[in-house]
Amino acid sequence: MKKILFYTNQFFGQIGGEEKAYTEPFVEEGPRGNANAFAPKLEGGEIVATIVCGDNYFVENVDKCLEFVKKQVEEYKPDILMAGPAFNAGRFGIACCEVCKYVQTNYKIPCVTGLYWENPGVEMYKADCYIMEVGKSAATIRKAIPLITGFVNKLISGEKLGTPKQEHYYPKGQRVNVFHEKNGAERAVEMLVKKLKGEEYETELEISVYEKVNPAPPLKDLSKAKIALCTSGGIVPFGNPDHMFAATAKFWKKYSLEGKDSLNEGEFESVHAGYDPVYANEDPNRVAPYNTLKELEKEGVIGSVYPYLLTTTGNSTSVADATRFGQEMAQDLLAAGVDGVILTST
Amino acid sequence: MKLELRKIAIKDVCFDKECKIVDGCLHVDPAKLEDLVLEDSRVKSVSFDLARPGESVRIVPVKDVIEPRAKLEGGETFPGLFREDMQEAGEGITYALSGCAVTTTGPIVGFQEGVIDMSGPGAEYTVYSQINHVVMIIEKQDYVDQHDHEAVVRLAGIKVARFLGTVGFDCEDYESEVYEWKSIGEKYAEYPGLPKVVYVYNCMAQGLLHDTYFYGRDAKVMVPTMITPLEVMDGALVSGNCVSPGSKTTTYMHQNNAVIKELFKIHGKEINFVGIVLNPLMTTLKEKFRDRMLTVRQVKMLGADGAIISQEGFGNPTTDLMIVCQELEQNGIKTVLISNEDAGVDGMSEPLPDSVQEANAIVSTGNSNATVMLPAMEKTIGNIKEVERVCGGNVNSIQEDGRLLLEIHGIMGSHNLQGNTKLGAVTI
Repeated sequence: MKKILFYTNQFFGQIGGEEKAYTEPFVEEGPRGNANAFAPKLEGGEIVATIVCGDNYFVENVDKCLEFVKKQVEEYKPDILMAGPAFNAGRFGIACCEVCKYVQTNYKIPCVTGLYWENPGVEMYKADCYIMEVGKSAATIRKAIPLITGFVNKLISGEKLGTPKQEHYYPKGQRVNVFHEKNGAERAVEMLVKKLKGEEYETELEISVYEKVNPAPPLKDLSKAKIALCTSGGIVPFGNPDHMFAATAKFWKKYSLEGKDSLNEGEFESVHAGYDPVYANEDPNRVAPYNTLKELEKEGVIGSVYPYLLTTTGNSTSVADATRFGQEMAQDLLAAGVDGVILTST
Repeated sequence: MKLELRKIAIKDVCFDKECKIVDGCLHVDPAKLEDLVLEDSRVKSVSFDLARPGESVRIVPVKDVIEPRAKLEGGETFPGLFREDMQEAGEGITYALSGCAVTTTGPIVGFQEGVIDMSGPGAEYTVYSQINHVVMIIEKQDYVDQHDHEAVVRLAGIKVARFLGTVGFDCEDYESEVYEWKSIGEKYAEYPGLPKVVYVYNCMAQGLLHDTYFYGRDAKVMVPTMITPLEVMDGALVSGNCVSPGSKTTTYMHQNNAVIKELFKIHGKEINFVGIVLNPLMTTLKEKFRDRMLTVRQVKMLGADGAIISQEGFGNPTTDLMIVCQELEQNGIKTVLISNEDAGVDGMSEPLPDSVQEANAIVSTGNSNATVMLPAMEKTIGNIKEVERVCGGNVNSIQEDGRLLLEIHGIMGSHNLQGNTKLGAVTI
């Protein structure tokens, strides 16, 4: 028998209405309030305890409430957590999602709640737990019960989950690998035939719309500016002391170039797997033109050169990692009073 | 143009004193193959090993995989590589030893060589685990530089594959497949009521380990060109061992191009397969725009109603994929793309580095950043240590107990971009 911990609010926990919204969290053995509507439909699992907490108390004391939840999780050691459902309720929605997120993240226990699609909690927390698609108000509970318990029963039995669409939960936005029955070429040709006939087809990858990055305004006086050099071309000190990856880098590095006027062959090299490195190894300045920057500094064209190389491998790097690198590099450069950056790619 | 492919199903491989095929088993004389490879004075040493489906064997770092094919009449396979004169490929009779391959390994050339597991979870990710491998372990002379190193390995692999193909000439146990390719006017007249489909065949053209050879010519010095599927089967396209292992279009994947295979299956029934445009993927934006213009123009000249674009590599080539798709769609040509994704190890990142709104029909061959733990194998052919330096591997890849933590794109052919893989990705 799998153990399920249930979370609900003052209203569904049958304490009272708005006047009880400041009720501090407490726990009761077994199902209480609306948990009783779900309990009979669970197969192979039982609700071992129900946490009840007032909505106002939760949103104003999130840390204290989560501390309480933590204690109960450690006491009851549940296999699954169910919360709500909160339908279109704002505070209760946040509370359910916060509890789910906390427990799923820290204890790797699957957590399930249910929200109406317009509930702001959907966008905020869909990546952190299972949020089932339920109706706007508690009047739709009859539909919500079989949907949520059916899904929880699959989690209990370990049955393979369908797609978010089939299971009616909001997609977390996570891409996971699967093996299809047919190979990619067969699927491509089938998709094309449907598209040509004007029949419905489903793309396997929705196109993302990217934020357009506007170029910064030009520097007013280059001769007073401090310029830094960054590259995604995988240029590192020879021998790759920090084991920079050839692809899918998870970090960037900052190397001191104090006292150097150039990135010389044998002192630096490329570890990037995404381009022909022969010419970059012969002269690493071809990818990260530090020599040119130093010459411009000597000629007075630019004020000064930041004496570091900020580098990573931009090869099969996910947009999320690349964005993080950019933010971290910008922090470093801002702290050093850098005015402008030459960023080279390959 | 007419090509008869005589496919011999190779079910096993073994070493012997002579090369022959007996009851579906390819007997290989390693001494004969070594002599052939050592004709090139740039080779310091060469040896051969065998790997069969289901064995506890890992081959690493793999450079190319080549299906043995040879021509009985009508020229030679892999034309333009070894001789000054050449005859157009795709005509006559070609023997193909299906179910086996010549697979090249040896010290690393760049960082683009991958892993093939013949059993276990890694085997599920690649069609290469399903075939018998004659593995060539090749070392270059010390004076040979990186670019020549790649050429030495590439040519040696092709040479051996071409030779092993001729072993099939004496074998009568083959299945015959006949392919015909007619002029565009005849094609129109043949199936006037069917939608006309063109295949846009992207291939890498970006330098060491990022190249493709067409009749021996480096694709970097080509512009988009109309080609026939029949010449592709005959080895007109040879891999320059390019890009990350997962998406590398090996010579095997050219010879057995999955998109061509599927288009032929429904040609004359649901579509009229009217042509292929080979599109080199160059590094600079100027070349990308030029190649888009010339590719789209040729697709239009062929009168296409629909197109499939297959891909090679990821990152800057995604721009080629997207801009060609955009212009085809804007010209009213319904387009489907094949691409892998780099959605991050956790799958939570945006999956593509470039996009256009017109790309509304995409087949995904999986998230290449996802990791897989591969069990230790009883035998390694090649050098496991190289995993630390290749695409998909890193210094933390080799576990103390011999297991291997690898990103999917470190496995040869895992997300093949002609769609010769069942791997895909879905959003949860």
